[in-house]
Amino acid sequence: MSDLYNVSSSSHIRSKDTSSKIMLYVVIALLPAAAFGVWNFGLRALLLILVCIATCVASEWVFEKLIHKKSTINDFSAVVTGLLLAMNLPHTLPIWQAVLGSVFAIVIVKMMFGGLGQNFMNPALGARCFLLVSFAGTMTSFTYDGVTGATPLALMKNGEGVDTMKMLIGTTAGTIGETSVIAILIGAVILILLDVIDLTIPASYIISFVVFILLFGGRGFDIAYLTAHLCGGGLMLGAFFMATDYVTSPITPMGKVVYGICLGILTGLFRIFGANAEGVSFAIILSNLLVPIIEKFTIPRAFGQKKEVKQ
Amino acid sequence: MGFMTFKGGVHPHDGKEFSKDKPIRDLLPKDELVFPVSQHIGAPANPVVAVGDTVLRGQKIAEAGGFVSAPIYSSVSGTVKAIQPRRGAVGDMVKSIIIANDGEMREVEYTPVKDVTSLSKEEIIGKVKEAGVVGMGGAGFPTHVKLSPKEPGKIEYIIANCAECEPYLTADYRRMLENPKELIEGMRIVLQLFDNAKGLFGIEDNKPDCIAKLQELTKNEPRMEVCPLKTKYPQGGERQLIYATTKREINSTMLPADAGCIVDNVETLISVYKAVKLGQPVMNRIFTVTGDAVAEPGNFNICLGMSYGEVLEAAGGFKVQPEKIISGGPMMGFSMFGLDIPTTKTSSSLLCLAKDDVAASETTACINCGRCVSACPEQIIPTRLAKMANHGDMAGFEKWNGMECIECGSCSYICPAKIPLAQSIRTMKKQVLAERRKKS
Repeated sequence: MSDLYNVSSSSHIRSKDTSSKIMLYVVIALLPAAAFGVWNFGLRALLLILVCIATCVASEWVFEKLIHKKSTINDFSAVVTGLLLAMNLPHTLPIWQAVLGSVFAIVIVKMMFGGLGQNFMNPALGARCFLLVSFAGTMTSFTYDGVTGATPLALMKNGEGVDTMKMLIGTTAGTIGETSVIAILIGAVILILLDVIDLTIPASYIISFVVFILLFGGRGFDIAYLTAHLCGGGLMLGAFFMATDYVTSPITPMGKVVYGICLGILTGLFRIFGANAEGVSFAIILSNLLVPIIEKFTIPRAFGQKKEVKQ
Repeated sequence: MGFMTFKGGVHPHDGKEFSKDKPIRDLLPKDELVFPVSQHIGAPANPVVAVGDTVLRGQKIAEAGGFVSAPIYSSVSGTVKAIQPRRGAVGDMVKSIIIANDGEMREVEYTPVKDVTSLSKEEIIGKVKEAGVVGMGGAGFPTHVKLSPKEPGKIEYIIANCAECEPYLTADYRRMLENPKELIEGMRIVLQLFDNAKGLFGIEDNKPDCIAKLQELTKNEPRMEVCPLKTKYPQGGERQLIYATTKREINSTMLPADAGCIVDNVETLISVYKAVKLGQPVMNRIFTVTGDAVAEPGNFNICLGMSYGEVLEAAGGFKVQPEKIISGGPMMGFSMFGLDIPTTKTSSSLLCLAKDDVAASETTACINCGRCVSACPEQIIPTRLAKMANHGDMAGFEKWNGMECIECGSCSYICPAKIPLAQSIRTMKKQVLAERRKKS
C-alpha cells in the first residue's frame, strides 16, 4: 500500500494567517508609540523596553524548559507582553523592578494559568498593577525634561489647567508609551487595516467613558476638559492595545460591547471618584475578570433562530 | 448591480482557473463499473438484477428502498459480474452492483414527452422519482421528496443553486455555459409544480458570463429571475443562498419549504429536465478533475460507476504525486486514501492537491481572536463549541447553538492557530444526534 494519500476531516485548505503573524502585526503597530516614547524620554526608555522584552521572552523560555513543554517563544506573544509592559512604565523605573514586573507578567499571570490563550488577565497590565502596588513611589514618579512633575491627568485632578495640544502630540510627562495620542492612533489604524482588531471594543469603551465624564465629571459639556480626559493617561493605549487583547476580552459580538461599556464606566469611576488620577489599568484588569460572566449572558442568536419567546 | 449575500463567510483562493475554460468532454467507460446501492440520503436501493444478468444502459438495476430513497440505473450495457461490498468515497464499505461493460452501449428505449405542460403534477413527480434524481450538488437528498412539500401552494421561490462556491469546482459553471437551456427547462418543469412560485438563479459574480447568458435567456420569462451573488464561501450553502436571494432565514429545525423555498442545484435541475422531458434516468453527470497535481485538469461527462482513477487517467494522470486527493471541493469534500472508488450521483469532482495544508500546519493554542466567529455564516462561536466538544460538554454545546453548524469548514479555514474546529464540532453534532435518537 505505497500510494496512500493523506486523509483528514474537511476543510482541506487553510488560510495564510498564523497566530505569530498576528502578534508580529501588534508589535509593528506598537512601534510608532514606542519610538515616540524613546524620542520623548531618551535612551533610558529604550533600555527599559529592551529589558522588558528580553526578560519576558527569557522567562517564558525558562519556564517551559523547566516544565518540559515545547517552547512557544516563536509566537511573539511574549514580545508583545514585554513591549506593552514597558510602554506602561515610567522611563525612570529601576531596571530590577522592570525585570521583576516582566517575570511576574509571564510566569504568574500567563504561564501559571496555562500559557498563551489561557490567562484570564492581561499579563502586561497585571504586572503593571503589581508594580504599582508594590513600588508606588517609583511607579508614580514622572520626570519630564529633567523635572519631576505631575502628569496632565494629575494636574487636572488638582483642578489645574493642561495643554491639550501637547497631550495630543505627547510631549508631556507619563509612562513611555501612553503620552502621544497621535502615535497611538497611527498604531491603531495599522491594527485596523491589518484586520487585527475592529472598533467594537475601543468605540464602546471611549463612548461610554465620554458619557460618564459628561454625567459625573462635574464640568458639564466642557470640550477642553473632555479632550484632556481622552488624551490623558493610558486611555488611548488601553482602549486600542490592551482592552482589545484577544485572550482577555469576550468573543461574543454583543459581549464586546458590554465589555467596552464596563471599561468606560469603571475608568470614569476610578478617575473621577478614585484617589488616583489614572484608572485605565485597573478598569481593564477588573473587566477581564468579568469576561466569563459577560460571555455567558451574551451567547449570540444563531442564524435563522427566532428570538426566544418568554413563556 | 447590488449583489446579494449573507453575513460571515471566507474568501479562499478559488483555484477555478485550472479547469474553468475546459469544455465538457464525454468519457467512455472501460470494463468495470461499480454502482453502490446507497448514493443518496435515505434507505439504500434494493438490487433487482442478479449475477450473470445482461443489462442495458438505462436499465434499472436497483429499486428505491422506500419513499425517501432512489432507484439506480446502469450507465453501460453489459453483464452483472458481482454484487458485493465496495469502498465508497466517504471511506465505508457499501453494497455495490458490479457490471462488466461490453462496450456496446446498447440502450433501453426512453419515452420522451412531447408537451411537458400536458403532464399533471403527480406525473411529473412520478417521473422524477422513477428516474432516481437526487440532490446532485453533494447532499443526495431524493428530489421527488423535496418536490412534494406538505403545502405546495405556499412555495414562493424555486432557487437554482448556481453559486458553485466551493473553490476549484467548475462542473456547474460549464453546465451553465454549455447547457443553459436544459437548466432553464428544468426550472420550468419544477415551476409547473408550484403555481405561486418564482424561479431564481443564484449565481456568484465570479461567473459574469453565466449571469449574462442566463439573463439573456430568461428575459422573456416572467416567472424567472437571475440573482447575481457576491463571491464568497459558502454562498451556495442552502440556508445562506435562501437568505441571500430572499432575505428569509431558516435554522436547523426547519426545511427550506418552511420559508416557502425549494433549492436545487444546476446538475439536479438538468437531471429533472432529462427525466421528465426525455424520459432518461440519472446515468451521467458532469465531473471536474482538477488541482495542481493533475496533468490536464478538465470537466468530463462521466458515466456513473466509473472509478475516480479512470476519470483521472482521462485527465492525463498526475503531474506530480499529490499528498491529498479529495472527492468534492476543498472546503467540504472528503479526502480519500485511494483512487479505486466509484463515482456516484453526488460525486462532483476529484481534487488532487500537491501539498496538504492540513498536514503542513501545526496546531497552536487558541488565542480567542474571534476570526472563526466573524467567518461563521451561522453566527455561532466555533472556538467555544470545539472546546466544549473536545471536553464532551453536550449540554453546553447545545446551549451555545452547536447544532446550527452547517459544517462548511470556514472556521477551520480561517483559524490562525490552525485548530480543526469544524472537525470537533461535526463529531459532537453526531454524538448529540445519536443521543437524541436514543431518547426518542
